[in-house]
Amino acid sequence: MNDKIGDICMNSVQISNVSMHFNTNKQKMNSLKEYCIGLIKRQIDYSKFIALNDISFNIKKGSVVGIVGLNGSGKSTLLKLIAGVLKPTKGKIIVTGVIAPLIELGAGFDMELTARENIYLNGAVLGFSKKMIQSKFEDIVDFSEVREFIDVPMKNYSSGMVARIAFAIATIVNPDILIVDEILSVGDFQFQKKCEDRISEMMKNNTTVIIVSHSIEQIERLCERVVWIEKGILKMNDNTDIVCEAYKNS
Amino acid sequence: MKYYIQTFNKYLYLLFNLISRDFKIKYRRSILGILWSILNPVLMMVVITAVFLNLFKFEIDNFPIYYLTGSTIFSFFTDATTSSMTSIVGSGQIIKKVYIPKYIFPLQKCLFSFVNLFFSLIALIIMIIILKFEVTYTVILAPIPIIYILIFSLGISLILSSLTVFFRDIVHLYGVITTIWMYFTPIIYPENILSDSMLKLISLNPLYHYVGYFRDVVMYGKIPSLKVNIICICFSLITLIIGSIIFKRTQDKFVLHI
Repeated sequence: MNDKIGDICMNSVQISNVSMHFNTNKQKMNSLKEYCIGLIKRQIDYSKFIALNDISFNIKKGSVVGIVGLNGSGKSTLLKLIAGVLKPTKGKIIVTGVIAPLIELGAGFDMELTARENIYLNGAVLGFSKKMIQSKFEDIVDFSEVREFIDVPMKNYSSGMVARIAFAIATIVNPDILIVDEILSVGDFQFQKKCEDRISEMMKNNTTVIIVSHSIEQIERLCERVVWIEKGILKMNDNTDIVCEAYKNS
Repeated sequence: MKYYIQTFNKYLYLLFNLISRDFKIKYRRSILGILWSILNPVLMMVVITAVFLNLFKFEIDNFPIYYLTGSTIFSFFTDATTSSMTSIVGSGQIIKKVYIPKYIFPLQKCLFSFVNLFFSLIALIIMIIILKFEVTYTVILAPIPIIYILIFSLGISLILSSLTVFFRDIVHLYGVITTIWMYFTPIIYPENILSDSMLKLISLNPLYHYVGYFRDVVMYGKIPSLKVNIICICFSLITLIIGSIIFKRTQDKFVLHI
């Protein structure tokens, strides 16, 4: 029993026997009419697509873990499972601590509203309190460099400006777990530098970091451990140099 | 349970934000703005009153008030449920990206309709003043049927919003159903033109009771009996419970279908 409690304290993320299946019906069936016709013809077949198959591993508190794999190997699915957006078909995921998912930024932006209103709205979507957004509001505006346009509807913004605001809001927390998908190709090189600085700053405070990247060089530079997923199956989970070597040679 | 309350508190601010966004988008950049929400029911009332009093010669005292009380309650219900039913599908972009308790979305639409209900009530109050209709002290009980129907609408919204994720064409079907439902609720016709058997059938309609309750306290100065209250509460709570169960069972699959 004591062991178990110790385990939970040590691990930020525990993934045990997780599988994720998607239904890929030939014609996506989402109307009553089609369903009834299908019932009559007895043609409701659910062909399954297995995105992740029986994956188990733990992520230690304070470690920096990379996830590698080819396109379509299930990396993003795994991140979404950890972030709680998806629920696994089988298995269990236990996450301890506050997550800052830098997966899909700017969820809930409404282009009709001004940037000021959107900052509050998006902050609320991420589960921040009003007080917290208010106290960090100036930071967000400074960081995203949009002060002059703060009361302009977002539909008049350039995509780079939108992305900057989204990044600034998502990173105002001091998370226990930081999930980064494809170290953000946001804005110009100056702003990218700023983003990387902010991420490495967040990494300092004993934060657990999960990084997905196609740049093996970046993974080697940042991570202690690497998880390699291929076609939904956990292929390797070991120290960075061992996995990266094998991955490069595959 | 404690966990649920905690998450609800955490996302309460989001709920408030989403409602205020709906509000801003609805009323921004229309000159008459909020006035439309008040004017609309009044104009409808004028039309319906003109048609029904002259064409069908119904014997109802204070027909304009009779119609307005009924239609205010009924259109709150249709408003809340129709906007809720697409709320999950419409918020697909958010649901796919971050974790949010999903009941927030139908709840948000119901509460937004609830805010709009107040404007319709202002219209009702204005008409009561213009027509010099005398209300009695029982009018202070008016919030009770409104609360009942809010809970009932939320229950129906939870059911509809989760079904719509799987069967998109329910939206078309529901438009027809609300029209039928309206004719099964005494809004434009008086109750006493119904036969006994018809009245029995109609008393199975929850909205009949809510509308009746509202009219009793606003128009007729009656305090509804305990029995009426129990009927209303049962309809509301049972619907809410059924709605919550259906929603909870299906919510994890939403993200795969939007």
